[in-house]
Amino acid sequence: MSAALLLLRREMALSWNGGGGPLLACGFLLSLAVIVPLGAGPRLDQLASLAPGLVWLALSLASLLTLERLFERDFEDGTLDLLALGPLPDEGVVVLKALAHWLTIGLPLAAMTLPVGISLGLTPAQLPLLALTAAVGALAFSVTGALGAALAIGARKGGLLIAVIVLPLFLPPVIFGAGALVAQADGRSPGPALALLCACALVAVVIGVLAGAAGLRGSRT
Amino acid sequence: MDIESGSQNDGAGMIRLTLEGVAVRRGERRLFEDLNLSVRPGEAVALTGANGAGKSSLLRAIAGLLTPEAGRMRFDDNGQDLDLEVARTRHLHLIGHQDGFRSGRTARDELAFQVGWCGGGPGGIDEAVRALGLEGLMDLEVRRLSAGQRRRLALARLLAAPRSVWLLDEPLSPLDARWRAEVGQLMQAHLAGGGIILAAVHDPLPIPARTCEIGGTA
Repeated sequence: MSAALLLLRREMALSWNGGGGPLLACGFLLSLAVIVPLGAGPRLDQLASLAPGLVWLALSLASLLTLERLFERDFEDGTLDLLALGPLPDEGVVVLKALAHWLTIGLPLAAMTLPVGISLGLTPAQLPLLALTAAVGALAFSVTGALGAALAIGARKGGLLIAVIVLPLFLPPVIFGAGALVAQADGRSPGPALALLCACALVAVVIGVLAGAAGLRGSRT
Repeated sequence: MDIESGSQNDGAGMIRLTLEGVAVRRGERRLFEDLNLSVRPGEAVALTGANGAGKSSLLRAIAGLLTPEAGRMRFDDNGQDLDLEVARTRHLHLIGHQDGFRSGRTARDELAFQVGWCGGGPGGIDEAVRALGLEGLMDLEVRRLSAGQRRRLALARLLAAPRSVWLLDEPLSPLDARWRAEVGQLMQAHLAGGGIILAAVHDPLPIPARTCEIGGTA
């Protein structure tokens, strides 16, 4: 237990003061929020109808951006060797690293989707649902991302490989997350989409942790 | 977890390491095969051999970080076989070329993490810091340390989180004469407590050690 807390605290500290942390990801998200309305031209009503999908696109890309170094630094500097000789199984290491990623990067990004949503034309009434779905979606992105990063350990062009592995797996949360917002905008209940989003996140946790641990073991042979 | 000082409080009494017919392959090349080695409690073995002979790979294979092509490894505690996983995660330290320190963090933070992860307590850290002469360096970022200081920081883990089996990959190479001698004494104390040491070296160890030559051709 104390070893788990120790690792979580270290991961969170590294995420905050190692380069490429939450600020960079949030900056990327915000710049997308500026570029898209400028590029889409003056037809704000059109933009607003696309807003749910665009917010989720921005969130998934910003999450993706932060994944490359999740395991690679640890692989290069020998930390993974040390972790393998400690008390937690590989699954535990993956869970904690993904959890730290969600807490330090996923949640700030989810909060940052609110100004992005507004700039893309979502109504204030939609913001609470956006915040909720983005937080759940970011969790799915963090564990899926940990899976991709673990499988890409040691690969040249790891960042690209991670994107190819992970982006298809990002699809279900994007579909149901944006779907919940669309349903709400159309006056339907967002409940079913929200439930499916949570289900996707749970499946992502299970698969991400198991496959991520297999990736860690694979990096050792 | 155990905090007391001394070499032998990792829960195991006397661990013996036995390798039977071990072969290790890296890519296309078989580094060595049919390696048999038994290390008794209180014994040190110096692994020698040319560059690339497979000394580091052998240490990593013993630590479970690399799967050997063939052969068997056993850790036993007074004749009782230990589960490999348990032996590796509780009773074994590997100090390799990559020490796992993040260069932007302070020596104190990094050592505290490594020691805590390996089951050591804060009391042991102070003692280890003193034994390795790191007192004035603990608030520096790891990147500010010299190679020798950084190695001493890595070796501090051995003392602060006591485990029986020390696998050391060229532990002394960046150290100056004074610290080679000091670390030699720490090794001696570890052996006296019933621990075992396997060290890949090019220069002779400053302690009595059996030599095991790895690999024929480089």
